[in-house]
Amino acid sequence: MTAVADDCCVTPAPRFGTRKAVLIVAALAAAGLAAVIVFALLSGDAGVVTNFRARLAAPSLFHPFGTDALGRDMLARTLKGLALSFRVGLFAATASTVIALVLALVAAGGPRWADAIVAYLVDMTMGLPHLVLLILISFAFGGGANAVIIAVALTHWPRLTRILRAEILQLRQAEYVTISRNFGKSPLHIARHHFAPHLIPQMLVGLVLMFPHAILHEAGLTFLGFGIEPTTPAIGVLLSESLRYLTAGKWWLGLFPGLALLIAVLAFDAIGNGLRTLTDPRGSQS
Amino acid sequence: MLEARDISFRYGPRDPLVVQGFDLAIGPGEVVGLAGPSGRGKSTIGRLLARHLRPTAGAVTVNGAQPPARGFNPVQFLSQTPIFAANPRWTVGRIVGEAWTPDADTVHGLGVRPAWFDRFPHELSGGELQRITILRALAPGLRYLIADEITSMLDPLAQAEIWKALLGLVKQRAIGLLAISHDAHLLGRVADRVVTV
Repeated sequence: MTAVADDCCVTPAPRFGTRKAVLIVAALAAAGLAAVIVFALLSGDAGVVTNFRARLAAPSLFHPFGTDALGRDMLARTLKGLALSFRVGLFAATASTVIALVLALVAAGGPRWADAIVAYLVDMTMGLPHLVLLILISFAFGGGANAVIIAVALTHWPRLTRILRAEILQLRQAEYVTISRNFGKSPLHIARHHFAPHLIPQMLVGLVLMFPHAILHEAGLTFLGFGIEPTTPAIGVLLSESLRYLTAGKWWLGLFPGLALLIAVLAFDAIGNGLRTLTDPRGSQS
Repeated sequence: MLEARDISFRYGPRDPLVVQGFDLAIGPGEVVGLAGPSGRGKSTIGRLLARHLRPTAGAVTVNGAQPPARGFNPVQFLSQTPIFAANPRWTVGRIVGEAWTPDADTVHGLGVRPAWFDRFPHELSGGELQRITILRALAPGLRYLIADEITSMLDPLAQAEIWKALLGLVKQRAIGLLAISHDAHLLGRVADRVVTV
């Protein structure tokens, strides 16, 4: 017998490794994002009601993020803007993931010409300047939150399509899939037990990592005036309004919403990385 | 009797024939060696016998009939690189369990430790994982086993251990074995007769 430690001793001692650290960061990020959504749901009129006696007030205990030109609390507006961004991000990223999955299945499972068409669509969408395409689509659908969702959804699928297509092709060729078939397992069994455990984590990670893109593009489109209407508290709206007051020294109008957006984007990245770590069996040792 | 009758195979319609008019018969409990230089289609023949590939011409039969298209194939294939034969996201216990629930004797006979069952394939060594794929293939429905260079990447000690265990089980259960290898010395030791391509 080759030298192997006795069976009693193979259970590794619990360690605090990079894996655990990544997961804790991801959990904290998720909790923070959930808190923003809960606040936005419960806050009612906060951030929408005007108060002309407290116009352009600098950050204070009562208004930690200051107030805007109409005396509205910037903290409430920022949080509401973030919550709206999350909603746009969620719908857009989900729609994009569905598009990616369908196209990947068609490309990997269909005839060769279908694969060629999907490859052409991917190359075309990736080859066009992102922002121009976003502006055109959003403009064509008449602006507003729905148009932004459609625009983001229609432009963010190519990368994930490529990843999923490659994954499916690899799985179809995989030796363990052939062996499973040789054990008499049905195509449904193979799809459920061999394909899904590989594809679902890829999809989830792809979805979560698409979030920050979606949010940034939503803010970008809105900032440029092609997105969400100016009456809605959205991060892009806040940033574009702040431009007018920055030269007058009202720094808090731009700084806090911008910072909040940055933190939210980083938080989604952290969650995406955490999810990847969690679903990869190779990470179980680190 | 596992028989290949005049089988030929090409990978694509315009590709050359890799296997041309090959005949082979393996009886229950018989150990046949398949030798030959690289690139002569030894592995392809193995995969054709185990239905990993379909012959372009000719037929593979078990007891005179083609094995049913569905259900457990009585002919199973073991490859040189067991890591590709195991789903990396499954634990070893689940990997073996896909074919059957092995009895303690077989597990012990192959030198497999029950503690491995909770690990993932990448957490086992090549030799350990090869024992696992052999264990998995030894399901009750198995009649013929194709062993394609299964120990060529292992050290001599592990090689000897695996062959000793496998030959014992094969004789005991009257399983026909095709051992594919470059190693004439090894085939001389394990095979009843050797076919050269």
